[in-house]
Amino acid sequence: MNRDNDKGKILLSRTMLMAIVNFFLLFILIARLYYLQVVDALKYKTLADENRISTRILMPIRGTIFDRNGIVLADNEQNLSAMIVAEQAPSIDATIAEFKKYIDINDKEEQKIRKEIKNHRKFVPVKLKDNLSWEEVSSLQLNTSSMPGIIIDQGVNRFYPMGQYTAHFLGYVGSVDEKEKNDDPLLMVPGFKVGKSGLEKFFENKLRGISGNVKFEVNAYGRIMKEIERNNGQEGEALRLTVDANLQKYAQDTFGEHSGAAVVLDVHSGEILAFVSVPSFDPNLFTKGLSHEEWNKLLYNERNPLVNKAVTGRYSPGSTFKIAVALAALENNIVSKDKSFYCGGAMTLGNHKFHCWKHSGHGYQNVVEAIKNSCDIYFYEVAMLLGIEKIADMARILGLGNLTGVTLENEQKGIIPDKEWKLKRYGEKWQQGETIIAGIGQGYVQVTPLQLAIMTARVANGGYEIYPSFTKLSLKDKAKIKKLPISNKNIEIVKQGMFEVVNGERGTAASSSFNINGIKMSGKTGTTQVRRISLKERQNGIKKDEDLPWSLRSHALFVGFTPHDKPKYAVAVIVEHGSSGSGAAAPIASKILQKALELNI
Amino acid sequence: MSRYYEQRFKGLNLSLRDKFFNLNFGYMFCIILLALIGIVVLYSAANGNLYPWAIKQAMRFGLGLCIMFVLALMDIKVYLKYSYIIYFFVLLLLIIVEISGHVGMGAQRWIDLKVFKLQPSELMKIAMVLVLAKYFHGCNLQKIESLRGLFAPMCMALFPTALIMLQPDLGTSLMVLFTTMVLFFVVGVQWWKFVTLGVGSLVAAPIVWHFLHQYQKNRILTFLNPENDPLGTGYHIIQSKIALGSGGVFGKGFLSGTQSHLNFLPEKHTDFIFTMLSEEFGLIGGLTVILLNLIIIAYGYIFAFRTTSYFAKLVIIGLNTNYFLYVFINIAMVLGLLPVVGIPLPLISYGGTVMLSVMSSFGIILCMDVNRHINLGRTSLGDD
Repeated sequence: MNRDNDKGKILLSRTMLMAIVNFFLLFILIARLYYLQVVDALKYKTLADENRISTRILMPIRGTIFDRNGIVLADNEQNLSAMIVAEQAPSIDATIAEFKKYIDINDKEEQKIRKEIKNHRKFVPVKLKDNLSWEEVSSLQLNTSSMPGIIIDQGVNRFYPMGQYTAHFLGYVGSVDEKEKNDDPLLMVPGFKVGKSGLEKFFENKLRGISGNVKFEVNAYGRIMKEIERNNGQEGEALRLTVDANLQKYAQDTFGEHSGAAVVLDVHSGEILAFVSVPSFDPNLFTKGLSHEEWNKLLYNERNPLVNKAVTGRYSPGSTFKIAVALAALENNIVSKDKSFYCGGAMTLGNHKFHCWKHSGHGYQNVVEAIKNSCDIYFYEVAMLLGIEKIADMARILGLGNLTGVTLENEQKGIIPDKEWKLKRYGEKWQQGETIIAGIGQGYVQVTPLQLAIMTARVANGGYEIYPSFTKLSLKDKAKIKKLPISNKNIEIVKQGMFEVVNGERGTAASSSFNINGIKMSGKTGTTQVRRISLKERQNGIKKDEDLPWSLRSHALFVGFTPHDKPKYAVAVIVEHGSSGSGAAAPIASKILQKALELNI
Repeated sequence: MSRYYEQRFKGLNLSLRDKFFNLNFGYMFCIILLALIGIVVLYSAANGNLYPWAIKQAMRFGLGLCIMFVLALMDIKVYLKYSYIIYFFVLLLLIIVEISGHVGMGAQRWIDLKVFKLQPSELMKIAMVLVLAKYFHGCNLQKIESLRGLFAPMCMALFPTALIMLQPDLGTSLMVLFTTMVLFFVVGVQWWKFVTLGVGSLVAAPIVWHFLHQYQKNRILTFLNPENDPLGTGYHIIQSKIALGSGGVFGKGFLSGTQSHLNFLPEKHTDFIFTMLSEEFGLIGGLTVILLNLIIIAYGYIFAFRTTSYFAKLVIIGLNTNYFLYVFINIAMVLGLLPVVGIPLPLISYGGTVMLSVMSSFGIILCMDVNRHINLGRTSLGDD
């Protein structure tokens, strides 16, 4: 019995011990729970939110670009694409096979699609084909029941309604480059496009807008359960250009088969009314996807459709440069209005003979006549008296040889040579013969079509320092336009010469003149040799430029403005290898200016 | 039954009605409360649906309550008398499962009874307690303290444990082993034997290791270091901690646990249900469940102390310890204190066998308490 008592006592004491151990262990659980849920709660709350909240960036709608009258030049077009959601398709193979009955996808694309389906979770839509037409979409929608898992997604493409007419100044948009990426998460969004060139690039910040975001609650597999928060961001601002769509289209069409460039400016503000570089290309092709072949055709075309000739093309100004030389001579009192030089068809300097384009000579010519007839001898004489520095100064004042600051990339400065420039460039002294050549806009002198338009506008407006602009100038900006250091009297003399070029009897561009209720055009032609016609060729009967192969023919230039009395529009036209300024460029310029008058921009 | 017994219990034999009113209602109240909490959480786990879990669990609990009452109102002598039969019967079931598991493909732990799947290993937890209680009930201290006296109960404990381990169900087998050790301890097996056993196993482990197959070694390694598990038990524990911690003091609210409802939390309706509860009801909810369990376990010890017979005391201690192990291992596991071993939280986790097993345990414990004044003699009861 004693031992039985002991047995009971031991059981009692050891059970007590076990009970204490049990309670102690349960209190450890409570302590741990307290630690997790009270002490460390904040840390775990953050972790739980990171788990469940997924933020998606909303791409802002890119701003529309309008012409000066509100015609749409760049817009966002619906991009309909077909996607497949694997989990909704009982058999992916069957759905794709059925899909291929309506929409063509090649084997390479199909392989890529299958790979993507494999790589994504089964509820993630995978793109089968984008840029579907409405017909394609409706044929798919009619047959959705036979293609479970197919959904139609609406995206946005940049669309340029005027296509090739606006390509060179609007530029285009494209995917973000690695080096363009910064802290903005928007740039990381796949499919987001930014301006790559032209005004799309320059006005990127204005057009882009501000991205929004949506916060979703997602489950452990990444599926979206619900929307928690939405910030729609801000649409890109619309951009209104000074370009007139009608004039633009007309100007470009006027070139016909020619290649070249034309710029039309408002002479008082420098606002660009038309900006042509031909041939052009359709930027919409880039969005739709361009084949290798099509791309090569654009890239290796000898007429360079991808090059914006109006700002990156450098041409000798030829006789159009005589405007600057004449002004320089008048301003520096080298000649008076009435001072004449005799043109006998050629002049000799040292042992070199310089010809006038008219070999029979013009006889005595004053400044107005020299401009009218584009007499080379007059300008040789004047250039010699002026010296290259004074010519260069005036050319620069008129906007040649400098960047115009137009909001397009790759703008070329061109070359207005002087002594310093030659020493730097060639390490040689300036030769007087080079001054003579420069006097008729040949030799080293190179300018862009846009610069020529600026020069013309600055002369036409009476010597005001305007700069080209694609956007409307504010009143404040207009008030800031300065007068150039050129006397009105001299400008009027040069303008008189330009008037005679077009309207004078046997002026060089007389065939392109017009008279609309007394409104007339003034201007200056230019023809610049791409290569000299050699003596031998001349003897062989090739006297005319037209006989040469296209790429060797002379460039044809014309700068002009209208109305003569109260100038409003200035134009510069270059027809590449157009042979003759009066024959190829002046008619185009004339038509463009008449159209501008008609449109009454 | 012989006249001897009839005389012996005369005057102490309670009517069914007396027995019913002798049931401890506080104890039962805590049990019902916990089960109701479980059903509510299962309703939330199904995103606010009674299906598929809550309704089934409620039905099982109803069945469990019936079993509990039946077992509680039974004659206490039955347990003493039939403990060996019960033990060998469950052992037979275990062997059947083991064999059919080998015949069929892969590991099998249950016998399909159509209504629910019976896991003999769960029954063994109860049978083991009964048989050991009966054995030690019949021993004197001398026998308990002698090595010879320990031989039989060691065999009775180790054989089924080994079978369960072979299933393989390491968690349950360790629980059975642990309960056995607690019983050995409370009946008075000397301290030094436990120490010797401990040292002995440490020495033996490398030797046994040497004889194990590679797949067995892998299984043990995974158990010991779940972070190695390629399926990511480590990930589960991290998500469980995030769910718990983010619940804070007051929780995210009923049906609003993000970790649970967005499926970051694995096994939210079974092993990790405590996490889900604590995410939605916070520290308040978690604490309530732990405290209710603590009260149930405390009741168990009170019953053990106040009951008269040695057999009843041992049965209560054994079953109570078993219940404690469930609660402790499960919660410690989801709190990241123990490796993930797949032990559910009784009364709350979805699962039929465990529900019926613990309700049976409660029934037996209640029966022991109802009949606490009956002194079952040490000698030869049930031997006739």
